[in-house]
Amino acid sequence: MRAVALLLPPGVWFALIYLSALVVLFVSAFWQVNPFTTEIEHVWTLANFKTIFESSAYRTIALRTIGIAAAVTLTDAVLAFPFAYFMARVARPRTRALLFVLILLPLWSSYLVRVYAWRLILSNDGVLNWALHGLGLPSAGIAYSNWAIWIVFSYVWLPYMVLPVYAALERIPDSMLEASADLGAHGRKTFRRVVLPLALPGVVAGSIFTFSLTLGDYITPTLVGGSSSQFIGNVVYSSVGIANNVPFAAAFATIPLVVMALYLVVARRLGAFEAL
Amino acid sequence: MKRLMLAAAVLAVALSVPAAFAGGNGLPTTIGKGEGSLYLVAWEGYTQPQWVKPFTKATGCVVHSKYAGSSDEMVTLMRQGGGGQYDMVSASGDASLRLIYGKDVQPVNPALIPGYKNFIPALKSPPHNTIKGVHYGISLQWGPNTLLYNTQKVKPAPTSWSAIYSSAYKGKVTVPDNPIQIADAALFLSKSQPSLGIKDPYELNQKQFDAAVSLLKKQKPLIKKYWALASDEIDLFKNGDAVIGASWPYQTNTLRAAKAPVADLIPKEGATGWADTWMLSAHAKHPNCAYQWLKWVSTPKVQAQQAIYFGETPANTKACAIMDKLSKGSCAQYHANAPAAYFNSIKFWKTPVADCGNGKKDCKDYTAWQQAWTQLKG
Repeated sequence: MRAVALLLPPGVWFALIYLSALVVLFVSAFWQVNPFTTEIEHVWTLANFKTIFESSAYRTIALRTIGIAAAVTLTDAVLAFPFAYFMARVARPRTRALLFVLILLPLWSSYLVRVYAWRLILSNDGVLNWALHGLGLPSAGIAYSNWAIWIVFSYVWLPYMVLPVYAALERIPDSMLEASADLGAHGRKTFRRVVLPLALPGVVAGSIFTFSLTLGDYITPTLVGGSSSQFIGNVVYSSVGIANNVPFAAAFATIPLVVMALYLVVARRLGAFEAL
Repeated sequence: MKRLMLAAAVLAVALSVPAAFAGGNGLPTTIGKGEGSLYLVAWEGYTQPQWVKPFTKATGCVVHSKYAGSSDEMVTLMRQGGGGQYDMVSASGDASLRLIYGKDVQPVNPALIPGYKNFIPALKSPPHNTIKGVHYGISLQWGPNTLLYNTQKVKPAPTSWSAIYSSAYKGKVTVPDNPIQIADAALFLSKSQPSLGIKDPYELNQKQFDAAVSLLKKQKPLIKKYWALASDEIDLFKNGDAVIGASWPYQTNTLRAAKAPVADLIPKEGATGWADTWMLSAHAKHPNCAYQWLKWVSTPKVQAQQAIYFGETPANTKACAIMDKLSKGSCAQYHANAPAAYFNSIKFWKTPVADCGNGKKDCKDYTAWQQAWTQLKG
């Protein structure tokens, strides 16, 4: 009885705010806007989805978004793993606390401030090129490009990868590593056969964050992107805020929804939910 | 008749007769007591405290403004949620007709606006806000879209729009993220390829439209970034990421104030431009404050303040003297005393419609412009 009372408020919130919003989103994707009056016509149609699948521009945007999200996830996994390993298994408690602070420190400042900071770093007369010139190297010239988007996303979402990987690595009992050594496996083999499989759910859990956060973002592409840098979020934003075409925005927004649903199914198979 | 109505209006205000929103043609003949607040959709820089604070003090109308980044956004804001959210919008010519034909705005009575009689003749009843003698708003300010360049990096100084279509400054070009940019390409083509027969850059048949879009496609690899906000372009020029691009005088002013080595010009092909109108929503909840605002922004002083702040040209001719008083030489700098020929040399933004006005209905309408732009940006 008490459990029901405790679960009721979040349950109602979830059903009303979250699920009903998703249902409305999905339903409105099958409506259309009258091009002249821009009023929504409640007539069932697949026209929005047809536009998305038939237009190469929208296909490119969807693939670009998913591709960069995957690249960011991979980058963060590669960067986060050694860091988390050091924190969990090598560092002394005091160093570990310091590293925690360093990882979490950027989260204390606004996301926008950090993205704007990157804009200054990468710009033509920015810190990056200044440093490269100092070393006698040519300018990088990656400001306002998809490279810049990749770098900035990898930076801002890194803490979300480090923490679950750290949690997974920390949970590996020392006895398992000792057993592996006793049975004659050297360091590299222990890492590959014992540590990595046990840490994988943590990596997958982290990848849910980095992948979904990148997939849904539109601010970073707007601020640091170049002339071909639109994300799904940008199209949704301009469909609602500029073209007043909510049904088309809803239709396009179902793409990340479907991608994420598939991703979560795979993540579940890999045991990511036990590592959260 | 106009003078008589004006006299009646002045008399009525003087006697503070309560609102009488039912003139002979449905227009108000007096301005009643303010409703206490006013909700505006405006271009960034159009509702500065400099002239909004004294307005609130004088009329009791508290101004709430929402900045929009493009004409499309303005139209959307005025229509969202049934359209009663905002009282007024500072619409450019490419939004005003859409708002009029969409019945989102209502006619206003210029006789209630004292500053109106001193407007330059071209902005008293311009085709972008006056239909068959009915005024859907009061003109505000106007200006050209200029070619902005870095004086140290771009040598010799450009004289033609070809500078942003040729590969000389590849990867260092920036243009606005706005479908109306197609008109800029068309304007350039009207001079560089006369065989296309482009007369009006907003009235393009299929062939002319395709030529403009393909020019923009060729331009895309040269572009560093399509800028959405004026501040984006300012950053690009400040940090050396862009050295040349399509701009507004506002960016030039701001960059010069920050000591950036930039200059702007109207190239030999001419320029597109904007002429803005304050329009009254068809569902305005604060019409008296709205009329007070129209009166206020049409006064020579506010016209001069805004002209200097934004770097545009006031509609009110009496603003010139005040501009020079506020900042020496600014009247001439912003063309407030320029002859009518200067005004006529600018191709002002207007909404592209299928009906080209030549009896044929084969022009590409704005929906086609928007689609082409989305495809182009990809």
